[in-house]
Amino acid sequence: MGLRETFLPWPALRQAKAALRGGDGSGRGSSARSRPTDRLQPRTETSDRVVDSVCPYCAVGCGQLVYVKDEKVVQIEGDPASPVSRGRLCPKGAATKQLVTNPLRETKVRYRRPYATQWEDLDLDTAMDMIADRVIATRRDTFVETDEQDRRVRRTMGIAMLGGATLDNEENYLIKKLGTALGAVQIENQARI
Amino acid sequence: MAECHPVGFQWIMEAKARGATLIHVDPRLTRTGALADLHVPIRAGTDIALLGGLINYVLSNGLEFRDYVVAYTNAATILREDFQDTEDLDGLFSGWQDDTGSYQTDSWQYEGTGVASAAGKRQQGAKEQSHRRHATGRGHEHGSHGASLQGLHRMERDETLQHPRCVFQVLKRHYGRYTPEMVARVCGIPEDVFLQMARAITENSNRDRTTAWAYSVGWTQHTVGVQYIRAASVLQLLLGNIGRPGGGILALRGHASIQGSTDIPTLYNLLPGYLPMPHPDSHGSLDEYVADDSADTGYWGNMRSYAVSLLKAYWGDAATADNDFCFDYLPRITGDHSTYKTVQAQLDGVCKGYFLNGQNPAVGSANAKAQRLGMANLDWLVVRDFSLIESATWWKDGPEVESGEMRPEGVGTEVFFLPAAAHTEKDGSFTSTQRMLQWHHKAVDPPGDARSDLWFWFHLGRIIRAKLAGSTSDIDRPLLDLTWGYSTHGERDEPSAQEVLQEINGWTADGAFLSSYEELKDDGSTACGCWIYCGTYADGTNQAARRKPHTEQNWVAPEWGWAWPANRRLLYNRASADPEGRPWSEKKAYVWWDADAGTWTGHDVPDFQPTKAPDYRPPEGAKRQDALSGIDPFIMQADGKGWLYVPAGLTDGPLPAHYEPQESPVPNLLYGQQHNPARQMTKRGVDRYNPSGDEPGSQVFPYALTTYRLTEHHTAGGMSRWLPYLSELQPEMFCEVSPELADEAGLQHLGWATIVTARSAIEARVLVTDRMLPMRVHDRLVHHVGLPYHWGSNGISTGDGANELTHLSLDPNVHIQEAKALTCDIRPGRRPRGPERLRLVEDYRRRAGVTDQTGTAHRTTKEGGA
Amino acid sequence: MSDDNPPRMGFFTDTSVCIGCKACEVACKEWNAIPDDGLSLLGMSYDNTGMLGADTWRHVAFIEQDKPLGRQNNAVIAMPTGATATHASAEAVHEGLGQKHGSELGTETGAIRPGPLPGGPMPAPVTPDGRKELRWLMASDVCKHCTHAACLDVCPTGSLLRTEFGTVIVQEDICNGCGYCVPACPYGVIDQRKDDGRVWKCTMCYDRLTAGQEPACAKACPTDSIQYGVLDDLRERAAHRVENLHDAGVLEARLYGADPDDGVGGAGAFFLLLDEPEVYGFPPDPVVTTRDLPRTWKHTALAAVGVAATVAAAFLGARR
Repeated sequence: MGLRETFLPWPALRQAKAALRGGDGSGRGSSARSRPTDRLQPRTETSDRVVDSVCPYCAVGCGQLVYVKDEKVVQIEGDPASPVSRGRLCPKGAATKQLVTNPLRETKVRYRRPYATQWEDLDLDTAMDMIADRVIATRRDTFVETDEQDRRVRRTMGIAMLGGATLDNEENYLIKKLGTALGAVQIENQARI
Repeated sequence: MAECHPVGFQWIMEAKARGATLIHVDPRLTRTGALADLHVPIRAGTDIALLGGLINYVLSNGLEFRDYVVAYTNAATILREDFQDTEDLDGLFSGWQDDTGSYQTDSWQYEGTGVASAAGKRQQGAKEQSHRRHATGRGHEHGSHGASLQGLHRMERDETLQHPRCVFQVLKRHYGRYTPEMVARVCGIPEDVFLQMARAITENSNRDRTTAWAYSVGWTQHTVGVQYIRAASVLQLLLGNIGRPGGGILALRGHASIQGSTDIPTLYNLLPGYLPMPHPDSHGSLDEYVADDSADTGYWGNMRSYAVSLLKAYWGDAATADNDFCFDYLPRITGDHSTYKTVQAQLDGVCKGYFLNGQNPAVGSANAKAQRLGMANLDWLVVRDFSLIESATWWKDGPEVESGEMRPEGVGTEVFFLPAAAHTEKDGSFTSTQRMLQWHHKAVDPPGDARSDLWFWFHLGRIIRAKLAGSTSDIDRPLLDLTWGYSTHGERDEPSAQEVLQEINGWTADGAFLSSYEELKDDGSTACGCWIYCGTYADGTNQAARRKPHTEQNWVAPEWGWAWPANRRLLYNRASADPEGRPWSEKKAYVWWDADAGTWTGHDVPDFQPTKAPDYRPPEGAKRQDALSGIDPFIMQADGKGWLYVPAGLTDGPLPAHYEPQESPVPNLLYGQQHNPARQMTKRGVDRYNPSGDEPGSQVFPYALTTYRLTEHHTAGGMSRWLPYLSELQPEMFCEVSPELADEAGLQHLGWATIVTARSAIEARVLVTDRMLPMRVHDRLVHHVGLPYHWGSNGISTGDGANELTHLSLDPNVHIQEAKALTCDIRPGRRPRGPERLRLVEDYRRRAGVTDQTGTAHRTTKEGGA
Repeated sequence: MSDDNPPRMGFFTDTSVCIGCKACEVACKEWNAIPDDGLSLLGMSYDNTGMLGADTWRHVAFIEQDKPLGRQNNAVIAMPTGATATHASAEAVHEGLGQKHGSELGTETGAIRPGPLPGGPMPAPVTPDGRKELRWLMASDVCKHCTHAACLDVCPTGSLLRTEFGTVIVQEDICNGCGYCVPACPYGVIDQRKDDGRVWKCTMCYDRLTAGQEPACAKACPTDSIQYGVLDDLRERAAHRVENLHDAGVLEARLYGADPDDGVGGAGAFFLLLDEPEVYGFPPDPVVTTRDLPRTWKHTALAAVGVAATVAAAFLGARR
């Protein structure tokens, strides 16, 4: 590597050169630019795709654009096309990328045995199977055709669910549908709270 | 609104720039108040007194929008002779039953009409039935329609509004004592401030101008929460501000799809589209179910079509006319099975398994200790969230472990934590606070074991069905007959959200997508998972995914997303035109009758039968929507009118009356009745109440307490307290007090304070601020302690939870807790650790004389106190 | 700058519509991947950020004042101040604080000043200790991108750069952490990051600007308190806004940093304020700290050559 290649990109040299030649007289403008500065491009421009989305926090329903590069979310910002939000976001909405890419997110199933003092690891499929077994068993044990007043109720009061206000309509639909078929009636969410 | 819905607030600022007046009613000066033209400080828990004062101001000065009121509301309707008002009974309405602690509501009805009810049932002891039915929570059912009425052809109206028993005159008497002076004494709002507000509202409500009200849980989390909203409805109807652009009563909801989870309910008393869950007393068959809840008149007369189409969506080919479309597969509700009852069922060992789907009750629900004790009594608990929230780890590090009340080795609950996928990792729709569905597309795969709830519930159902395959047990039929054939894709076998949306939208027997709920049939030839969402997949297109830029369409933006019902953006918009169908003014034109074309037209989809002329009058015996006239804008009501007075559907009165909160620093100045007599209470050891008003011991808890959210955090913190960028903005739990209260209680800015109620004691850093104002109420000064409720022990930003202090006295219509107005004591210093904390609370209970009876009387009697 | 450069771009921060939501702070951190700045409750109203720094390029200040805001009515003047409730409750509180039952709580009993007895008259209107007005100001601060930027003037490495948009940025690949720029800034904006020693500040999202996008903070701002655009246009808009506010009775509205004749030659990021600059933490009369170095840059060339020669020598020396 010659001296010229080594040093010319270094701004002080280029500043000096430019100043001597005239043009960028102060030497603090274009001649001071480093190569990385020249190469700067916003990651909104270099993403592989932009996905239409909606802010997951409150119910204003601000439009979001999710920028994806190499199958990672690299930026989330407001969608200017939205008649609701016109591209703007509040601090929570603006923190959405951190929400979804947060290293503090738990990504493994955790399992706590009865009377245990610590969590254990558990395989997802095993967890699903165990949960299904518990639902079936609790339902069997607690399902009643009639209540204490001999009224036909066909239900279980042994299983309850809470949550849904942060979920999608389609998810709530399946929760209510499956819950109803199970005979569970204690299905509730934040709308009650 | 600036605090909790900042991006929505841009429209307020835009309106303000165009000359609108912004009024902010709040005990505290918040970020909304900072930008308001007028901040109206109000004692927490007294909004009905304020709204009643405004109603009285309108009525006593003749400021109602007369043409609107006469034509579009039930102001002219005559009430029964045996109806008695709170003015007659010192705070009770007619029909109060001491033995059941509830109202028998017959006397509240219109003269000549009755509530829809299965034939023959009413004779079986109306009182008993009325009590049972009220307890099932009818209030929430009316999310899309008013209660059903029968015999409306016998209804009498006096359009001069002079009849002494017409609703208008009853209203006048009911609110006659809600004077500016009374408002000042009850709410602490100075008279001149009240009058300034009253003038601004009335001067901006006429043909040319409208006034809008926006509210959040500051209005709902009360033992009289539903009546708060009702009071606003009365005022807005009197001023002609419903169904018109720039008007309305706008619920600013706090979760991305909390509206959706009400429409497609994960709620115990509802089926999709506000169909009621059946009750064994009157819903033995589909016919009885429909006959009981349906109406002869109005759109709710089509309820059978909606119900049958839902049953077809659930059970497909198994649902036939011969088997009542599997109506018998539906479990029945027999009372209040809401979330706070569930907690009690857990404490009682009845409820053994619990799923938490993105919800953190150990922080976000009232009486957090009761929540944890309930969970500690379960066989198993499944928590689905982003992080290990407090509701997942209470057995290990909850406050009861610290106090020694609980040891992990003594807790038998089996806990599964399953990480959840984020909205960027799944397809699906949210329904915003304006009833608009918006589709979000999956951007990336979820990390590790994280999965969508669609995945979890689909596969849980699949596994359960597989394990039960071949079962001959009758109880397994609803599961095995369930339509559950959603296709899956990708290496994680993610089910198709689009297919679920298609089922919600509905189809005909030959599989064609429906485009409107008007196409639904009651003979089983259509299937539809939620009738009010019918049309969201019209033309085989995901209408919720539409994103035509707002700059390329009109200001109503009908081609962005899809709003229920029928993509109407403004409900009841027929009322934006006068009875003849002309806009009330050019400035406020929205939809109108085009006589030449013979249709309704305008900027939005008309919320009316498109070709029903303004001069249409129903023929004798007309049914359903045909029974409503061309001047009946409120098409989901049986009489087509906006209800100033509610003849049926509410459990605690046909008109809002001011009651003090369960815990109040003062006695009720308006009535001898201190509290809402019909409120619900648990009366359990874990849920004791502070003495109220002038009861002995009330002085031990002398301060008003209110809870709230901050811009920088989200509800119970699961989506904010783990984020560094949000946590650094509000790093820990704090309380807000006025300089006067700080002086009185010896609190120091940034020092610690301990706040105590009969439930618990918590600590918080102190912010002393002029934004908290002492209030002159009744004959005394009242100070507020302000508590944001986001915090718990987990995450980056931590602190004690405000919900350790709140109680389980509930609104009787919708079973929502009173977290916005309580009483407390506040003292300097950190709270005691370990068992000492319990002893402190015990000491307070002793000094205040708190027993299992304190605050639990329904009716206030001179001897027994409140 | 040559003629084919884009016009000078800037920020106009209209604090009269700021709602203090801090979306600007978060959007800035998200876009620029700035580390969090530590968790501390500062007690400065709702401001827990404190000041601009290496890890905070937007900072929202909150100011609670006993002053009126235009014709706004906060009802404070009609509210009482004083002690709570009744003698009975005052005594109960006193007892509670005095007894310290069950804990070591209640270090001070405080000054209990009983109000009137139950059933007595309403407490007297307006009070003694003088709370009469209340307004809550919020303002989002940022690097001013000065016309005469001292940070740029003193930077020996050329790390600080005047971009084609007229903004001032730090080129992090060049900054050697000498820190000369830090005291040079009359606003205390530019700051060294502890872990790497380099200086950091607002770039007005230079990378976004190159693609014709607006800075992250301005894009997020819900009420358009932060406006981005051609500086000349913004100045015109701001003058108009001040007029409107004056007409609306907000006579205290004034611009800060918009005057090209001020001590920094006008700021590329200027503000509409509702009080004196000091109230918001701005210097009242900022002056470019290098003003008294006459024609410094006439000697730039020589200085730069000198530096280059020294460094070259160092490199050569190291190779030996």
